[in-house]
Amino acid sequence: MTVRVRINGEEKELDVDPEMPLLWAVRDVLGLTGTKYGCGQALCGACTVHLDGQPVRACVTPIGRAEGHSVTTIEGLSPDGNHPLQKAWVELGVPQCGFCQTGQIMCAAALLAKKPQPSDKEIDQSLAGNLCRCGTYTRIRSAVKKAAGMSEE
Amino acid sequence: MTKLLTLISRRSFLEGLNLSVGGLALGVFSGGLAVAANEASTAKGAPGLNPNVFVHVAPDGAVTIVCARSEMGQGIRSSLPVLVADELGADMARVTVAQADGDKVYGDQNTDGSSSVRGVYDDIRRMGATARVMLVAAAARRWKVKPEACEARDHAVFLRDGTRSLGFGELVAAASKLPIPKEQDVKLRPKSELRRAGRPMPLLDGPAYVTGTAVFGADIRLPGMLIAVVARPPVVGGKVVRFDATRALAVPGVKKVFELPAPKPPYTFQLWGGVAVLAENTWAAMRGREALDITWEDGPNASYDSTTYREQLTASIREPGAVARNVGDIDAALASAARVVQAEYHVPHLSHVPMEPPVALARVENGTCEVWAPTQHPQAARGVAAATAELPEEKVQVHVTFLGGGFGRKSKADFIAEVVWLAKEAGVPVRVQWTREDDVRHDYYHSVSAQQLTAGLDASGKVIAWRHRTAFPPIASTFGQATRPSPSDLQQGVLDLALSVPNVRAETCEAPPHVRIGWLRSVYNIFHAFSVNAFVDELAHLRGADSRDMLLEVLGPPRQASLQELGITALRNYGASVEDHPVDAGRLRGVIERVTAMSGWDARKAKGRALGLAAHRSFLSYVAVVASVVKDDQGRLRVDEAWVSVDAGTILNPERVRSQMEGSVIFGMSIALHGAVTMKGGVPEQSNFHDLKLVRIGEAPRKIHVDIVPSELPSGGIGEPGVPPVAPAIINAIFALTGTRIRELPVSRTLAV
Repeated sequence: MTVRVRINGEEKELDVDPEMPLLWAVRDVLGLTGTKYGCGQALCGACTVHLDGQPVRACVTPIGRAEGHSVTTIEGLSPDGNHPLQKAWVELGVPQCGFCQTGQIMCAAALLAKKPQPSDKEIDQSLAGNLCRCGTYTRIRSAVKKAAGMSEE
Repeated sequence: MTKLLTLISRRSFLEGLNLSVGGLALGVFSGGLAVAANEASTAKGAPGLNPNVFVHVAPDGAVTIVCARSEMGQGIRSSLPVLVADELGADMARVTVAQADGDKVYGDQNTDGSSSVRGVYDDIRRMGATARVMLVAAAARRWKVKPEACEARDHAVFLRDGTRSLGFGELVAAASKLPIPKEQDVKLRPKSELRRAGRPMPLLDGPAYVTGTAVFGADIRLPGMLIAVVARPPVVGGKVVRFDATRALAVPGVKKVFELPAPKPPYTFQLWGGVAVLAENTWAAMRGREALDITWEDGPNASYDSTTYREQLTASIREPGAVARNVGDIDAALASAARVVQAEYHVPHLSHVPMEPPVALARVENGTCEVWAPTQHPQAARGVAAATAELPEEKVQVHVTFLGGGFGRKSKADFIAEVVWLAKEAGVPVRVQWTREDDVRHDYYHSVSAQQLTAGLDASGKVIAWRHRTAFPPIASTFGQATRPSPSDLQQGVLDLALSVPNVRAETCEAPPHVRIGWLRSVYNIFHAFSVNAFVDELAHLRGADSRDMLLEVLGPPRQASLQELGITALRNYGASVEDHPVDAGRLRGVIERVTAMSGWDARKAKGRALGLAAHRSFLSYVAVVASVVKDDQGRLRVDEAWVSVDAGTILNPERVRSQMEGSVIFGMSIALHGAVTMKGGVPEQSNFHDLKLVRIGEAPRKIHVDIVPSELPSGGIGEPGVPPVAPAIINAIFALTGTRIRELPVSRTLAV
């Protein structure tokens, strides 16, 4: 079967079962490994990508659902890692092990695209599905606000 | 370690880096690393200064510093190499950090026990200092002056009067012809000359993390590679009776199905057995596994049930155990006490659940074995890989990727054994991918525990007797026959607890194992800090005393408690001597005083909010935590703010110390509020993040304040010591707020959180 998807701005034709989760299509077929497997059940958010700008859990999204649509992964978020969130993340030293952070950033990017000045509650709600075992949550909040040009407090 | 490192020749440095080349040629780590390896491989035939395995100065002045410890979120790659660069006088902009393979030439690489700074601080400085001494000697010869007239800084050697300078690159050719100086001829810089040590350092791998280019365990691909997903015996000690692979092999993409050999106790780092499905991609392997038809024989551990086991442990701590610590006459003191107070505490099994589940890649061909893995213990991984591949260790290379969290799970090389066995059997490179369910159900669990604390009080309410009984299946049971904690297991918060109490006894009680027990971040300190701090808080409330005052009273005056005072004959002390790292009641008091001052302890009676305090010595560091607990509008308890004071002696990178303390609060909150793995029929009842809950962002405190005690004392640990005081601080706050005393974790079993 062939699935046609626009990935990070490029049209791709993938010879895969349309039932294959987007996560494995992106990682195993396309070799884009910035999107992470953490749970396989949409419980941890490590695999978050954008489908037409909306955050989705790639581990439970069949690639067939992306047919004719546009997918953005962390590799396509910015040309050279200079998205305001990526910059804020580095400046505030958010990552510890780093594994969940691409999913966190993709989720936060979708939030800021919709809500450029989110409240604390909106940040918490938007990122509620993204686990971080290292416990970087307080810095994640600060970095989202910094990227949004908001001051702390 | 020092001895080992100074014996290393230049030749082995090059060999060591060459070992890295295979991994780096494939992995693209953070840009610089791959570059470094390429340079090093060409450096074999080219001149360069290689005074030891950790430092290389190329003829163009480019410096490569090897990080031999695994990066798992503690920021070690951002920290240790900077210390080496400081000693050398190198400009970090011209330094590349290379990740070491697993090899004994690097000394101890086990990234465990919060030891990556405390264990190596001066030794690693010496690596940089040796290179500096050689570069300075070369410059001094050139200028016909004494070395003392020269200084190395800013990637160059300067004549102290400032009239001349030569860049490192210009000195490499001459320096590399000099003999490598003896250890006694390599003087470390005075600490005042270390430019970056002790100051916040930038996060070296930050850009790689946020762009998705950091290479973790599952991110390397080899030509012809298959992905394996394994159906492991549900019960520890279980076996495959028979299986039918017909349906699995019919799944498109599935290539092979193998039965793995069953392990025999003690399980150590053996693979788990079961049936593996190998496929072209991960999804096909997962579907193939679902299609397997397997009949299992569960074995004797199928009777393991957490509810009945808890009763068994409770019965165990109600009987006298083996004495591990004794001061005075506990029985007489309890018999004569005006009041005897007793409480029992229970902490369940916990699971590591790093966000990256176990995963590894191996290639076994032509009498060699190559492994790429997120391992905390690269040398153990190498040993296990060699044994599994039936090859000598020198034929085995272990390349260390970034770890998506470790917490002790990735010290265990079971998943290395598994992938090497599969790659050997398959004859093609294999990546084994554990699912989250595999990770939760086949962990080396943090030990389940029961403890009984008994105090005798005199008529004035002063504690005159203290008895601590503890029962938990020890880690040693995974490696041997142990069925109860050894006295040395109690060094973690029982033996090394200074008490101003004349009659003290600690006892270990029977607790046979039924699952693989492993070490989880801060290990036995988790439950010992919980019970001790909760019990002191209980005593304070019984007496109507302030909890901080009670804690300080029980600890007693500032002093270094001798082994005799502690009532023990030896203290393992996390591998350090008690001379360097005494049991210092003054330092524990210090963090208690600082954290309570910082959190406004004395003014804490705000409506609807309560503070709780706990303090603990572990991994040679002293940490006190105050947690603030409130009830939200849905009646759920929330930790809305936390304060941490840490005294870890000399600090290398305060920025990463802060992040570790922040992370420890969240990690400790998960333990306190949600964490539990329970067994029924020998099988964990949890499987993924819906029933194994971790703290999410909405539960995180609004603020976590971290205070670092300035100190020049020898370094203690950082990665683990923040965790133990968190849970007791929270449950003490919960008592202050609600009047409900939590003696059993997690809190969610008793109250809404």
